[in-house]
Amino acid sequence: MSYPVVTLESVSKHYKHLRALDGINLTLNSGEIMGLFGHNGAGKTTMMKLILGVITVSDGQIKVCGVDPKSKQAWNSRKEIGYLPENVSFYEQLTGHEVLTYFARLKSVPKGQVSPLLEKVGLSSAMHRQVKTYSKGMRQRLGLAQAFLGKPTLLLLDEPTVGLDPIATQEFYLSVNQLRNEGASIILCSHVLPGVEQHIDRAMILSNGKSIAIGTLDELRQQANLPVVIKTQGINGALGQNENLSQFIVDATQLHIPQELKVNVLKQLLDYDSLDDIQVENANLEQIYQYYLRMAAGEKNQNSKGAI
Amino acid sequence: MNPVFAVALKEFQDSLRNRWFVSITFIFSLLSIGLSYYGSVASGHIGSPSLSTTVASLSSLSVFIIPLIALLLCYDSFVGEHESGTLLLLMTYPISHGQLLLGKFLGQGSIITLATILGFGSAAVLLSITTDMQDVGRSFSLFIVTSSLLGLCFVALAYIISVSVSEKSKAAGIALITWLFFVLVFDLVLLGLLVGSSDAITQHGLVQLMMFNPADLFRLINLSSLSSSDVNGVLAVAINSSFSTGTLLSAMVAWVVVPLGITLIIFRQKNL
Repeated sequence: MSYPVVTLESVSKHYKHLRALDGINLTLNSGEIMGLFGHNGAGKTTMMKLILGVITVSDGQIKVCGVDPKSKQAWNSRKEIGYLPENVSFYEQLTGHEVLTYFARLKSVPKGQVSPLLEKVGLSSAMHRQVKTYSKGMRQRLGLAQAFLGKPTLLLLDEPTVGLDPIATQEFYLSVNQLRNEGASIILCSHVLPGVEQHIDRAMILSNGKSIAIGTLDELRQQANLPVVIKTQGINGALGQNENLSQFIVDATQLHIPQELKVNVLKQLLDYDSLDDIQVENANLEQIYQYYLRMAAGEKNQNSKGAI
Repeated sequence: MNPVFAVALKEFQDSLRNRWFVSITFIFSLLSIGLSYYGSVASGHIGSPSLSTTVASLSSLSVFIIPLIALLLCYDSFVGEHESGTLLLLMTYPISHGQLLLGKFLGQGSIITLATILGFGSAAVLLSITTDMQDVGRSFSLFIVTSSLLGLCFVALAYIISVSVSEKSKAAGIALITWLFFVLVFDLVLLGLLVGSSDAITQHGLVQLMMFNPADLFRLINLSSLSSSDVNGVLAVAINSSFSTGTLLSAMVAWVVVPLGITLIIFRQKNL
């Protein structure tokens, strides 16, 4: 059974000269992974800080596990929250094991969890070396271990896979999925779009502090109405003669088909005996992201034109 | 483990690790033992000096060194963590601003206090074993208590600097200026006031002004128990004041508590 862990109701945050966030609505349920995307300075980190209760909202309401994260009642739930900040550099003179022990003490997590966690993120051979000797990827692994301390029920990860090699990235997503299956909610903030899509349940795209799209990837794809790309081999000129298909032809071997006609067109293509190979690509996260950013930019231009 | 102790333990271990503790203790014991045995050479006498000369020269040296060490030890305590991003991370943990501040103060304060006790205490022990001076214990314990308070007070001042700025280099600069102000400029201005306007400040008024400088308080407490021939400068005028040692000591304690309070207020409003 899932229940809302984080709810934001028309949340805004402005600094002196900057509207960092503007009217954000969001509900994050337990056992859900949400991807948070946006250009640099779009407000992703501000949103995380608000949820963490490090800064206060200017407007609107925010609830984490049913209470305001800034209030005293939220104190206990902080033990259940894991956070990986962007660009954190841990205490350089300490060893990885000492760093994690320190954070475990602060979270009242038993000491026995420290070594297994370090092993889980692949730092077992380096845990008694000083952090200053660590590479970027190893520091990132230490940060992840820190975020995973004490089996959190809410995880906020800012650029978690930066600096990780492909295998470590895969292991990271495995751990995240495992936590999700145990009922944890996860907010994932990333610039590296390829590879993220199969791991997230929902996505939110931010631009200039506003939420420009939110929903499952399928919903976003449908709204954006991006074409499915079909590449064929072996049919060659025959495509142009098919009246149904000729309107979708981009070049001799490539078709751009609207989402809803995909299966229909595929059936027709499979009728060609000369067909050697066929590739079907749904619009990927990167294309969806770019589409919504372009839309947002377009609206902005129109608004400013209207103002003149 | 209580988060306050977790932080205190880490700060304490950090200072042990980067040899701050060993160096401070070594400097203090070198200073105090050296001055105890050879202090009189500076004033032209040969032979072991009297207790009052020893304490007088020790306090006039410590008043420069202890604040400097305390400021250097603690100026980056918050701004350093702010720069590396761990301060933001810590504030998402179940630890309040006050607990973090208290933890840091306990850890770093105990380093300064322990170093003073060991460093200056070693001289006291040596003196009481090798010479037949009277009251070594009493004079030195007052000296050690005030030295620790002086150190703690500048630790607290360093915290104010550390939470107020956003760059480490700026904090270092301001720390040095603070040091110069309290150990040098303040006294020069007082001396100027005394010389420039002969009747404007009474002796009582002067001591009241000195309450605004923890370094002067430190000297005042230590020197007022000595014979005035060993004392010179502004202090010669201020000595024999109407304030009891107890009052002066509580003024020093206030110089620890008030800056800590100011630090907490600024820290709570700090934008992370």
